[in-house]
Amino acid sequence: MRRYEVVFVLAPTLTEDEVEQQIEGFTKTARDKGAEIVSVDKWGKRRLAFRVGKHSDGFYVVVTLHEPSGTAVAELERRFKVTDSVIRFLSVRTDLDLKRAEKFKKARDLRRQKRPAPVRGERAGRQEMEEALAAAEPVEKEEE
Amino acid sequence: MVRRRKFCKFCAEKIDYIDYKDTRLLGQFVPERARILPRRISGVCATHQRKLALAIKRARHLALLPYVAD
Repeated sequence: MRRYEVVFVLAPTLTEDEVEQQIEGFTKTARDKGAEIVSVDKWGKRRLAFRVGKHSDGFYVVVTLHEPSGTAVAELERRFKVTDSVIRFLSVRTDLDLKRAEKFKKARDLRRQKRPAPVRGERAGRQEMEEALAAAEPVEKEEE
Repeated sequence: MVRRRKFCKFCAEKIDYIDYKDTRLLGQFVPERARILPRRISGVCATHQRKLALAIKRARHLALLPYVAD
């Protein structure tokens, strides 16, 4: 199952009801195409880093969804393009990246298990050196 | 003057997935002109620099970060 993150920015000229309506419409489209909506995260109105068209604010919505192929996302993108109130959108497939991140984390944990964390300020091998010195001391005393 | 040894922030903080939505994190790597901070200055490792650059570019597309600033 693929995991996608679809972000879209709606024009600030919409009323809150219209924003809700749009979100409702898009999630329904995705569901009809066989996607399972995991979460819908509304950031609310946010200042844009630069002007897009005539707008300097936008409603950000992040939708996370699961689907077996890319058909729902493709349909969403098509709808975004023809909808004037969507000023920006981006869809990213995240399952592979997250899996990789998980792998890195596992490898790191494994490495830590194998080798205990070094004590700060202690040089490697110092302990052995001290032990060797301690063993050498009696010899020096005999000479005195 | 002793120059402090640079280290990769993402390795140190164990960030495996650099999220393009995290503007506060990405913002640290785009100084005033909004250009991506080169690795030789930030000390970020090659792997993370690649991921960082991609994340910044995605954030720019969504108008979360500027392309240019002046």
